[in-house]
Formats: sequence, structure tokens, C-alpha cells
Amino acid sequence: MERPLTENIRPGEAPLDLDGYEKTGGYQAVRKVLGGMAPGEVTELVKESGLRGRGGAGFPTGMKWSFVPMGNDAPHPKYLLANADEMEPGTFKDRFLLEGAPHQLIEGMILAAFAIQADVAYVFLRWAYKLAAKRVEKAISEAYRAGYLGKNILGSGYSLEMHLHTSAGRYMAGEETGLLNAMEGRRATPRSKPPFPQISGLWGKPTIVNNVETLSNLPHIVARGAGWFKELSLTQDAGTKLYGVSGKVKSPGLWELPMGTPLRQILEEHAGGMRDGFKLRGFLPGGASTDFLLQDQLDVPADFRGVEAAGSRLGTGAMIVLDDRTCPVGMVHNLEAFFARESCGWCTPCRDGLPWTAQILQAIEEGNGRPGDLDRLALHCRLLAPGNTYCALAAGAVEPLQSALKLFRADFQQHLADRRCPWS
Amino acid sequence: MVNIYVDGVVCEVKEGQNLLQACLSLGLDLPYFCWHPAMASVGACRQCAVKQFRDENDTRGRIVMACMTPAAEGVRISIDDPEARQFRASVIEWLMVNHPHDCPVCDEGGECHLQDMTVLTGHNYREFRFKKRTHRNQDLGPFVNHEMNRCIACYRCVRFYRDYAGGRDFDVFGAHDYVYFGRTESGVLESEFSGNLVEVCPTGVFTDKTLKRHYTRLWDLQTAPSICVHCGEGCNTLPGERYGLLRRIRNRYNGEVNRYFLCDRGRYGYEFVNGGGRIRQPLLRHGAAGRAQPTTPETALSHVARLIQEGGRVIGIGSPRASLESNFALRALVGAEQFYAGISEQESRLLSLALRILREGPARPPSLREVEQADGVLVLGEDVTQTAPMLALALRQSARQRGIEIARQMHIPEWDAFAVREAAQKEKTPLFLAALHGTRLDDIATRIYRAAPDDVARLGFAVAHALNDEAPAVPDLPEEVRLRADEVAQALQKAERPLVVSGTGCGSESVMQAAANVAWALCSTGRIAGLSLVVPECNSLGLGLMGGRSLEAAFQVIQDGTVDTLIVLETNLYRQASAEQVDAVLRNARHVIVLDHTAHRTTARADAVLPTATFAESSGTLISSEGRAQRFYQVFVPGGEIRESWRWLRDLAVMAGRASGGSWQTEDEVLAAVALDLPHLQPALEAAPAQGFRMGGQKVPRQSHRFSGRTAELAHLDVHEPKPPDDPDSPLSFSMEGAEGQPPAALIPRFWAPHWNSIQSLNKFQSEIGGPLRGGDPGRRLIEPGQGSVQYFDEIPAASRPPDGHWLLVPIHHIFGSEELSVLAPGVAELAPRPYAALNPGDALALRVVEKQEVVVRAGKAAYRLPAKLTPTLPKGSIGLPVGLPGAQWMQLPAWGELETEPANE
Repeated sequence: MERPLTENIRPGEAPLDLDGYEKTGGYQAVRKVLGGMAPGEVTELVKESGLRGRGGAGFPTGMKWSFVPMGNDAPHPKYLLANADEMEPGTFKDRFLLEGAPHQLIEGMILAAFAIQADVAYVFLRWAYKLAAKRVEKAISEAYRAGYLGKNILGSGYSLEMHLHTSAGRYMAGEETGLLNAMEGRRATPRSKPPFPQISGLWGKPTIVNNVETLSNLPHIVARGAGWFKELSLTQDAGTKLYGVSGKVKSPGLWELPMGTPLRQILEEHAGGMRDGFKLRGFLPGGASTDFLLQDQLDVPADFRGVEAAGSRLGTGAMIVLDDRTCPVGMVHNLEAFFARESCGWCTPCRDGLPWTAQILQAIEEGNGRPGDLDRLALHCRLLAPGNTYCALAAGAVEPLQSALKLFRADFQQHLADRRCPWS
Repeated sequence: MVNIYVDGVVCEVKEGQNLLQACLSLGLDLPYFCWHPAMASVGACRQCAVKQFRDENDTRGRIVMACMTPAAEGVRISIDDPEARQFRASVIEWLMVNHPHDCPVCDEGGECHLQDMTVLTGHNYREFRFKKRTHRNQDLGPFVNHEMNRCIACYRCVRFYRDYAGGRDFDVFGAHDYVYFGRTESGVLESEFSGNLVEVCPTGVFTDKTLKRHYTRLWDLQTAPSICVHCGEGCNTLPGERYGLLRRIRNRYNGEVNRYFLCDRGRYGYEFVNGGGRIRQPLLRHGAAGRAQPTTPETALSHVARLIQEGGRVIGIGSPRASLESNFALRALVGAEQFYAGISEQESRLLSLALRILREGPARPPSLREVEQADGVLVLGEDVTQTAPMLALALRQSARQRGIEIARQMHIPEWDAFAVREAAQKEKTPLFLAALHGTRLDDIATRIYRAAPDDVARLGFAVAHALNDEAPAVPDLPEEVRLRADEVAQALQKAERPLVVSGTGCGSESVMQAAANVAWALCSTGRIAGLSLVVPECNSLGLGLMGGRSLEAAFQVIQDGTVDTLIVLETNLYRQASAEQVDAVLRNARHVIVLDHTAHRTTARADAVLPTATFAESSGTLISSEGRAQRFYQVFVPGGEIRESWRWLRDLAVMAGRASGGSWQTEDEVLAAVALDLPHLQPALEAAPAQGFRMGGQKVPRQSHRFSGRTAELAHLDVHEPKPPDDPDSPLSFSMEGAEGQPPAALIPRFWAPHWNSIQSLNKFQSEIGGPLRGGDPGRRLIEPGQGSVQYFDEIPAASRPPDGHWLLVPIHHIFGSEELSVLAPGVAELAPRPYAALNPGDALALRVVEKQEVVVRAGKAAYRLPAKLTPTLPKGSIGLPVGLPGAQWMQLPAWGELETEPANE
């Protein structure tokens, strides 16, 4: 089984430096691209590879790039941003790549930047990732010294500046357009689309924002081809995927596996199954803003199409497991409190609706629930729909809530009837 | 025009709008909060949700925000869709989660947009049972009250304050359901336009602090259309009165003039009307040494009439802050030959120059709306933020034109506020500032040139020459200045709607002439360049158009001893000439009659004082710096023996047998006489409907139908309801009764519509959102570009070089303090600086002068002891002196002066 993203990562050890990275074939993709490929060819290659964004939404990467204005009339400077503001609860995959293989990210960024003919690239890093900051910074300076960054890279005539930007630490700063505002020194509120960042992004210029995992795939796609990349997967969605599992499992962790690996295999083989004395009640397949799935959906392939067909989303591929000794109401309350707190405060439904759901959940959890509370929660799930709010935060926030209301309704009702949490 | 379908009905709407604008323009009731017509769409509040359908077969549709969706051809929406209605009601419910529901004690109650929208959406039962979040409030200074708990986070305040008005000391802090709108700490809001927060805020977070001190229910205010009297821009206002006290000023939309906003001087200067210094009884002095004593109008009139009648020469001094009618009544009483303008010699020269430039030259004085559209601007010498604040706000909008154009090229609609901002980034319309010192527009300027007035003029002349060879060249022009001039010329040349701004503020005729040359040179290239010339008072232009000789000439004839009776109309002579000179003049005139509303140094020296009505107590016509004649209407009937100046003067004329034109009974009759005598003022008759105008046979009521307690108001005196006072001067009545519906724009006494009690009801009065009021905006322009050939000014001053040991004393204007009437309002007075002498820090260092150290400034015979104020933006060699502050001596500026210093105290 191939693990292109992580094969050279040794957890607990320093990442490969430039020499080490080059010895494993590092920067060969950059040499290949700058040695004679046209930007459009790179975009075509990535389109062909079937790579879809690994930040949660799964948008085809090559397609995203293709909206950037190209040619002599295109506005400059153009920007490429690596979204390393990983803050989705339960998700820690980008951290693994940032700390473990910073040069792989930088190489991927150079390739993406070249494809869209960007002039400046930024790594937009979560403030709390202090170690990643050190390692990425070091790698950037090594890349500069080796001539992979800066003016006239490898004599190709192509120039790219790259900087590390550590963010101020809000969930909303990881939203594509909230990130742009944060970069500009504004409040990390989202922007409305259109115009899309590809047309008017950072400082009003064409901009691509890609996830760290997405970008880290690029050197391998370029080096080994689109066909190879598709072959990595067990299903239609190409490549490998970093899957994580947290919760009361025997060995929580993170694994690079073929895209489409069945959820059961991830949970039972890699995470070792439930801890003794704990039973699986359900799980969020892709981070905090995805719908709960149940045990009988464990045979679903963990890819974009499969999980969606099962009624949830692959999201970041970070599975959060709910066991039978944890209160589902409490878990959902925890999540809604997180999302309510991380709302940017820009649009009304999210700003004032999410805290209300969190307060109701807290009341139910504390035995102060009232008849009608479940209806009000359900109403919020319906009203905080995509399009009704300014960005996707609230719509994602109510995904675990709406599914919990359906799947664990008896637990909610028991809270109301007993006026206490049965788990407390 | 495009066709859209709203709830199955096909409607024709203007292209390029969003659906909210389109629906509101159609007169439909679609609720909103974060959208504002002057600030466009940001999609934050989600209140204007409608259902959009793909085509006629789509029955499911999807919810979209009307404000963020283009009203494109064929778009199908439903406002009435049950799901959309439920969502809108839910948005209100969410907004109400933390709102304190304190309407009964809220100053906004009764004209609250949040109340209106809540009722409109049908949300009426509160389900939220948890604790509300609370905030601490801030003291934001004398004008704006802060009550953050009421906030619904629509972000309009911060968008107005920062994005629209350029303020920096106000922002949004925090996140999620704890966003806070205010300053980093308590303190006076720095923006000159802070009072607009009161109207921009859809609820009671920002309310009028001056109103709070004498609060009355907003529907109990008696209101009438009025014109601001605190500068020459002629902003339209809606003053409100109850129980004889003027309670507040609110904006009155005029699509060509102030549009949605007012400056703080205009909004808060009104309290002079309630001031302790008001004169409410006629005063007569018996014997030269005695104090003037109150008397009856009859006694005063017959006394003064006798003085006039008994012969000798009678001269009158008119006023730039009195109405056309009052000035004319004085002119008629004393005769045109004996009518003098109550402005300093210098101002008189500047004013006639301004009039000559505007009437004879090809450049056009633009309306403020046109200023907002300018795409290349040169400001010469005038500190507009201080002398004509709303012009500065309009220029700030013009600065955004370039960005809007960039966005348009990217197919971003103008109404998508943040997308436009992103596309625009730092790109701004070219705006060049040539000023005597730093100004509040520096942040939007492309280039700033700070120099002495003569050098500012030379730059202007050089720009004109660069634009057109026929304009005279500037001799001995340094290369550095020539390059600057070329840059300005090139930028203006590229503009389609270039604008030159100057005015009387820096006291230099050369500067205004240079501005005229630039504008005219631009006109010679086939465009109609705008030329805004700022004048100091609300009716400066009216007085100028009436003619009248200068104050200097009046002083001369008085000094000659040929004047028996001097009648001074609404003028404090001590603000127009040196105290020495005025003292001497008042000594030499045998009888001094002063008509004014507030006591001042000149009334104190008068033999007879007749108490006159302020703008709020009278009707009349003013001519703004745009040359727009506009009518203001009496808001309330004052107590005491206060009368319009023209009525006093008419009575005097009748009693003294000088009423050659008959005895005017109404203001219309005076205005008709004005038009007859001065034909160039004839269009002023069209500024507003005549007194006899009726709607359906009825007058327009000054009181709203919601006015309460009418029968109780005076019940402690008399249980019979008194007959409302007559108003012979206007088609307005002092009553709740009268015509319903929308009167002609000049007569709109308040904005209200069913469901819309707040100022947002304005939408219902416009023919399209942001467009003119139905039937056309109020006012009538009197000055249009001249057709004759251009005669460029060619008296170019030499470069400014002080005589040995001398300093150039230059005027510094203050929005709060420099204007005579507004500074009588306590809030304005609080913000007015104390007199000072501004010095460049480099000069101060050389002189060993430190901040606040007293220095003595000498000009001619006069000497002033003032604390030094170190001002880095003041060019070296200049001393800046504030103009018109209370307690400051009159001084003609610019002037050469000397400076004496004493060693700083250790």
C-alpha cells in the first residue's frame, strides 16, 4: 500500500530537511514543471488526476484553479494561499503534514502557484501550531536558499515569493474568504460570492486557497502522473486520504489510507475498535460539522461520494466516535457551544441562532429542558440552512444536531422526561 | 429597465439594482436592517430574505437575500412565500434574543426601524428564555448616547462611521453574539458626522443626547421643513419642537443636497434657539448711559419709527444669516442706496468675487450629489471639513468613484459594498489638496501641498496654465511646484467630471481666482467643470445677490457723522470688524437699532433692540453656496414678542411712512417684491409652493396624526381646546388636521408611511431608492454657467515671502467654534477649542516655545496673548489663528504679524 504523503514522516522526529527531502525525490516535480511544462498543462494534469479539496468541501482542485484569469492581461500580483488554519474539532491531519513534511507542502505550493502563475504565496497557519510554524519557516528559508523560491526559480523565469502567516486563531479564519479578510488585517468574517476569490481574492487580486493536504498531494501527482494517483484509490474519488479517529477507541490516531477505505476498516483495523467496556453508538465521519452515522453504516467507503450517499459528509476525514457511556446530548451541546463561540458574529441566524441552540442543549443536559425545546432545535436545523446564512459555518454546525435529533431522539426525550442527564 | 416577477406580477424596474432596491422602489414592504441606500448591501442581517424561483416551472424555489441578488431580467421572486415569511420572522426573533425590549423607556421608541420591522414581519411572541447578554456603554461625548444592549448588530454604524465618513476611532469589537460597536474606550467621537449614527442605527443604540436632555415622545414633535443655518451648504433639516422648546434636528432628504446625512454642527447647533441669551422682549435704552429696558412692541415700534421719521439719514446693515425676505425688508425700509452688507470688507470682496466667477464663468457650481460623482478633484485653500462639512463628506464619496469604476470593469455591481471595496483596495479618485495646514481630508488625498495662500494660488494658476496655454503662466515658478501643477493638470484632464473646490475660507482672492482659472481651463476642453466655492453663512450668496455696499463704506458714512439712525439686522458687528472700529462707529451713529434673536456685543450697545425669530420660528428663503434658493418654514410659534425681522421692519416702514411697496402681509408678498425689484432673484419664487397651496383643499399639518395629548396640553389653564395659531406665510398648519399623503417635496414636514415610522420611511417618498423625492427635490438653482468668453484672471501674486521678522498669520477654521450661532449650543461649545496660536514645531523649537506656552501675536496695532499650539502640518513661517471663536478678537487674516515670546517657565 502506497502512502505518498506520509511515507517519509517519522512521528516524534524532526522532518526531513532540504537535503533529506531532495534525496527522497523532493523538488523533482518542481524541476519537471519549471523545466518545460506550461501552467495550463499543470492544471490539466491536476484536473485529470481527480484530486478533490481535502479541506472539507471536496471541490475539484484543478477546476478551482481554472477560474483564475490567465495570460498577459491577467491582473497581478496573483496569490496562492495554503490554508493551514486547521481548527475543525477532531481534525489534526494538516498538523501532521505541516510538522512532518513541510517541504512537501512548499513544493506543492510552488506547483499550484506556477499553475495559476501566482506571484506570492502564503502559508496561513493556525496560531496554536507553534512547532509547525518553526518547521515551515525553516523549510521556506531552505527553499529560498536552494533557489526553489524567489526570483527566476531554477532559471525558468518564473518567480515566487513565499511567506508564513500565523493567524490570530479563530475558526472563521479557516473559512476560505474569512481567511482572506484575516490576511488583509480585517475581521475574519466571510465574503459573499460572487465575486469568487479566483477573480477578486486577497487584496482584490486573483487568489487560490487550497488545503495543506490538497497541496501536499501535488508533488506526487506531478512526479508520478494522474493515472497513478487515481489508482491509489479504492473507489472513484482519487488518491489517498489522511483519516483520523478520536473517541473511546483502543488506538486513536491518523493514517494515510487509500481513498474509499471502508469506515469499518478504519475504525476496527486501524483504530483498534472500541475500548473494552465501550460500545459504538454512532460517529461523525468527517469532523464536527458532519452528520452522525450509525454502526450499520460502517461499511460505507470513506470517500466523498460514499459518505454523502450515507447521509453525511467526508469532511476532513476525521472521525469522532460516540460511545454508549457518553451522553449524545452533552456531545452535541459541546459541539454547538463551539460553533456558537466561533461564529464571527456577522449574520443574524448564525450569531444569534447558534447560541440559542447551545443554550437549549445545555438546559436539556442540566435537566431544565422544556416541551417544545426539541421542536425549536429542529426549527433551527431547518432555518440555518445553506443559503440562509452568509457562509457555511451555521449550516455545518447544525449537521450533527439535526442528525442527533433523529438518531438519538430517545435520549433527548429521556432528558426531558427525567429532568436530568441519564449519564450524569 | 428590466422586468422581474414579484409574487407572480411582472414589474418593470431599473437595471443594475439589487432585488431589495427594486422591491422598495416598487413601494413593496420588504424588511431590512443592514442595507442602507447610501452604503449599499453587505448581506449581514438576512432580514430581506425572499424566495427565488428558477423559472415558471420551479415551485420549490430557494431563499435568497434580496439585497445581494441582482434584479436581472426575468428574475422570479416571492415576498409572500410562507417559507420566506417564516424565515424573516425568525430573523427578527433572533435579533430580539438579546434585545432588551425596553421600548417604553427608549428614546428611539416610536420611530424605531426595529419596532417597525418587528411588527411588519409578524413576530410577536418571545420564546427565548435564557439570559440576555449585556454590555457596558460608553460616554461618546455631548452628541451621541450609547446603549449597546439594544444592539442588533446590523453593522450599519461602523460602516457609516468608517467606510462612509472616514472615521477611525469607532469600530466593531468582539465576535459571535458578543459583538460590540463603539470606541476602544469612552471619549468624544472624533468624526464631524457622528450624529448620523442616530439615524443610521435602526434601533436605540445611538440616540440624540441633546434630545435626551429635553426628551419628548417623537410623535409629539411639531415639525416643519427647514434649512440648516450653520454654513452655506443649505442642508435640508427637520427641526422638531414641543412646548416651545426646539428638541432636535433630524435630516431631511434632498436628493441633490445633503441626501441621507447631516454634519454635527448642523444637527446639534440648534440649541441656540433655546439659549439663555435669547431676546424675547423689545428693549429700549433711555439716555445714553442707561441700561436698555424691556418694553412693549408698540412702544418700541413707535419710538424707532419716530427716529426714522424724524429725519436725518437712516442706513441699514443686512445680514448673511438673515433670510432674503428680512434683508429685503431692511433694504426697502432704508432704500437700496443706504443698504450695506453686514460682512467684513474682506468677506465682501471675496463674496462678490465668488458671485462674479459663478455668474460670468463657464464653470458650474455643483450640487453635493454632483460633488459625490466627481472623478477628479482639486481643493484650493479651503478647509472644507471645517467650513462646509457636508461638502467634505461628499468629496469623501467622490474618492470612491475610482474604486466603483474598477469594480464595474470586473462586473461587480456598485451595490455589492464589500466586493467593491475589495476590488478597489486603495485605489481612489484623484484628489489634490492645496491647503494652509493639515485637513481632515488628507487621508483621501492623492497629493497634499501645504503652503501660504499666495503659494496655493500660484499652484492653482500653474495648473490652469498647464491645462490651457491661454490661462496666464506663473512667473518664477519653482520646478518643484511646476511638476506638482503638471501632475494635477494631467489628473484633472483625464477626469470626465472634474471638480475644483475653493472658497472664502483662507481669505484670499488670488486663491479663488486661481480656482476659477483651473475650472475655466478645464471647461475650455469641452467639459463642464464643477466649481464649488464655499461661502461662510447660510445666506451669504443671497445677501451678495441682493447687492449692498460694503461694511467699510457704512462705517465711513457713519464716521463722517452723516448718519442719524443705524439699523443693524441680525449681525454682531464685532465679528466683522475690529472692536476699536465698531466701538467708534457705534459711538458716532446717533441711534443704533439692532434686530436680532440673541444678545451679543452689538445688541448690548444698541438704543433699541427688536427681538427676532430664529430659523425655527420663522419662514424665509436662503440661497446656498450652490446658488440654490430654498425655503425654510416656521416650526413653532415662539413665546414673548418675537417676530420675523421682516415683520418688524415692515411695521417700522408703515409707521414711518416709508412703506412705498405697501404693507406686506405674508412672506410670499415680500418674496414677490424681491422678485420685482431684483429680477435675477425671481426664480427663488419657485423654490417652494406659494402660501395659498392646498392639498385637497387642506393645509399640510405640522403635527403627525400620532400627536398625543392635544386636548390635555393646556388643560391646566383652560379646558377648551384653543384654536391653532394661524400661519399666513405657508401652506402648513400648526395642527394635526390637514392633508394626508405626500406633499410637494419642499413641504414635507416629516417622513412617515404606514408600517414605517422610522426615517427609513423616506423610501416611500422617493421616486426610486436614492433618487429624487417624488415631484423633484426641493429648491431652485439661481446660478447656471455663463455663456460669455472666458477672461482668465491674470493678477498672479508673487511667491509668499514674509518681511523681515514677520510671520504669516493664517486663519484656521473650526467646525465647532468658528460659527456664531452653533457655538451657543452647549454641546458644540464643549467641543470648541480655546483661542490659540498654532506654530510649526520646527519654528517653535527655534523660538524655544513649548506647547501651551503663552506667546504674543501682533498684527498692526492689535496684540493677542495666546497659548502656543504646536501643529506639525502648519508650514514653517506661518502662525495659525482660529477664526471666530467665542472670546477671540476679530482679525483680518491672512496678514503679516510679529511674534513675541517669553522664556518658557521651567
